[in-house]
Order: sequence, then C-alpha cells, then structure tokens
Amino acid sequence: MSGSAFKPLDRDGIAERIARDIPEGWFVNLGIGIPTKVSDFVNDREVIFHAENGVIGIGPTPDAGNINPYLVNAGVQHISLIVGAALVHHADSFAIARGGHLDLCVLGAFEVAENGDLANWARSPDEPVKQVGGAMDLAVGAKRLWVAMEHNTKGRGDSRVRKICSYPLTAKGVVKRVYTDLAVLEVTPHGFAVLDMIPGMTKATLEERTEAALIWP
Amino acid sequence: MIDKFVPTLAAAMAGIQDGATVLAAGFGPGTPATLMQGLAEQGARDLTLVMNAGGRDDGPVADLLRTGHIRKLICSFVRADSVAGRQFAAGTLELEIVPQGTLAERIRAAGAGVQAFFTPTGADTILAEGRETRVINDRLCLLEYPIFGDVALIDAWQSDRFGNLTHRDSARNFNPIMAMAAKQTIVQTAHVVELGAIPPENVHTAGVFVQRVLHVPV
Repeated sequence: MSGSAFKPLDRDGIAERIARDIPEGWFVNLGIGIPTKVSDFVNDREVIFHAENGVIGIGPTPDAGNINPYLVNAGVQHISLIVGAALVHHADSFAIARGGHLDLCVLGAFEVAENGDLANWARSPDEPVKQVGGAMDLAVGAKRLWVAMEHNTKGRGDSRVRKICSYPLTAKGVVKRVYTDLAVLEVTPHGFAVLDMIPGMTKATLEERTEAALIWP
Repeated sequence: MIDKFVPTLAAAMAGIQDGATVLAAGFGPGTPATLMQGLAEQGARDLTLVMNAGGRDDGPVADLLRTGHIRKLICSFVRADSVAGRQFAAGTLELEIVPQGTLAERIRAAGAGVQAFFTPTGADTILAEGRETRVINDRLCLLEYPIFGDVALIDAWQSDRFGNLTHRDSARNFNPIMAMAAKQTIVQTAHVVELGAIPPENVHTAGVFVQRVLHVPV
C-alpha cells in the first residue's frame, strides 16, 4: 500500500457506485454477493430486478416479522415482491437470461481480463467440486454484463484485473464494465479504459495495483 | 372417475425401480421433502438424482444421499463441505455439473420431446472439452441433450383430483418442467381442492403431466 490518502470502497460502497449508473426502466439480474446489494441503492428509480429462480420484481428485504417462506432469491435469501411483480418457472427464468431480455446482469468475479473474459466459478480446472450455478447462462445472455469485485486479492494483493485470466473461464469476451473498490473500468477493444476512480486515488497507484494495462482519458 | 390421489407415502412411491433417474424439484422452497424421504424408505438403489444443487449437511438431499442409494448426481452446484461434496471426493458419488439454465432447458426439452439443442452457455469453457460445438448465427454453441426422468418428485401448493397444480410464489422453480419430463410424476401437495377451484388460466402445471398426488398438509 502506498502512502497516498485513499479509502477503498467497502462492499456496500461498490454496490452503491454501480446503482448510480443504472437508469430507470432497466431490467436487471443481480448475482450473489456484492451484486445482491445493488438493489438497496437504486432509491426511487423504477428498476425491475430478476432472480434466476423465477422472480421478476424483487422488492426490499423483508424484516424478520414479514418473511414469506415461499419467496427467495438466487441466494435462497428471503425477499419481498414489488407491486407489479411476476413469477415464472425455471426454464422461463433462464429464457429471460439466455434470450437477451436482461438489460444488465451484475456478477461477482475472481478475475476479469482485458478482452472481457470472465472467471467466476472455479479457482483451478481440477477443483474437486464445481459451483457453476447460473453464471454461465447469465454471462452469455444479458445485453450487458458488469462485474463487481475487489480490485486485488485479500491475501497477496494480486490484481484481479488481468491481461489474461488464470482461472477457468465462465465465458469469453462478455464483460463490459468492472466496478472495483478502487475504480470503474470499461472493457474496450483496446483494453481497460478508466472511467472513474475513488477520491484520493492516483494514476500511479492504480497502475501499480493493476496487472492489465490501463487506458486513460 | 379420474382420481390421482394416493392414500399413503408408500403408495406414492410404489414401483420405483433400481437404476431409475429421479428428477427432484426445489430451489429452497418447492422441494418435495416428504417424497424424497419416501424415496429413501422405498429402497430403490443405483439411482441418478437430478436436482438444482447438492445441498448441505442436513435436509432432504443430504438425507437421501446418506442412504447410499444415489449413484450419480446431476446438478448445477455442489459445496465442497457437504454430504455430496464429501461422497464425490471419496469416489462413492458420480457428479455431472450442468449450468443451471442448461439444466432447466435440458429438462424442459425432455418434456417437450426436443431431442437435442445448441446453446452458447458454457461453449467456450472447460465444460465443453471433448464435446460437439458448432457456430450458429455467428455464436459458438454447445450441443446439449435432454434429461428424461423415470420419476419426478414435485411439490405443489394446491392440487385437484385431475392433478392440476398451483405452486406458491418462488416455490414454482423446477416443478412445472420436471413434471413434464418424467414418465411417472409424483406430487406432494399442501392443499387438496375441488375440480374447478383453480381457475383454468391459473393452473401452473396441468394435470396431464401428473400421475400420482399425495396430500401432505403443511
């Protein structure tokens, strides 16, 4: 860590930053982890949230006294519905994902590469158990895929923003934008373009923390 | 008179053969827990179980796996620290991991008589290694085959005697498509209703896909 004065965003902070860029009227799927929190920050804009288990129109998280045991999201957490919600079965729910009906999908990731490759389901090809879930279907089907993740790994501080992904891929060339605790990066035909940085972040520090090359405005 | 209701769990599970492929619905809610317990008690062995996820250390999937009657699990997600994860590591459980949307579509295809389909999901990943891919509409796609069930275990909120079903809220999930995809579809329903009580336009799973119904009050 260099001595410059910046405070990385916490998980809520990343979610809030993503929510700022979602316009009214979009139909959005949120993955498990940081992305799930995005819906808490869209405030009064009418954005419809989809859960892959067949929910269209997720509402606010219910308090303990108002839990409906028959209503959960993709992480099997209790949810509420907005007025105007719809429910579909699993094949229709993934038709929504695969069929290009989502304006946006936000997923967590282990790594993203400068060509838009996404790695978010396994840390090695021979990992004993597999946790694919719905990520591969969402990644190939949404009109836009944004990633929410920490810029560097917790232990060694390795960059998750890569020239080439080192982990098994979820899909190739699908990520359009990356929101980290340090910056917002757009995937362009020439690599990662920096759209935004947190207050106090410098060009030199972000480059030091990023394995891939960065394109500056 | 058509009446698909059966009086007991044993009657619901009668005739399931060794080596059967069993589709079990559920994504949290919507899991036919009583029928899964009945399957364990019924004693058929060498089964292939098709479910969304491999479960944890307790609950209906874990209990069923502990019987040792499941030879193979087809699902989208298994935790390392679970009965399924440990049985796989020990070599006593075969595992086929399928992306969740492909899993749903393979089941739907079986019910619809579609004998194969191509999808971009997973086509450029290690899941496609050694398998047939084709570029269709400028996209790399992977060939997928249907998953036919010998038996489907289904959870419903309401059923009439024709087997017309409703599923409550997000408990619908895999239930309608698994009901379509099996030769013998067995339902546990929370409520029994008269014919006509479910408005025809509100039937989620039509009785044509259902063979047996057991009343399991909540």
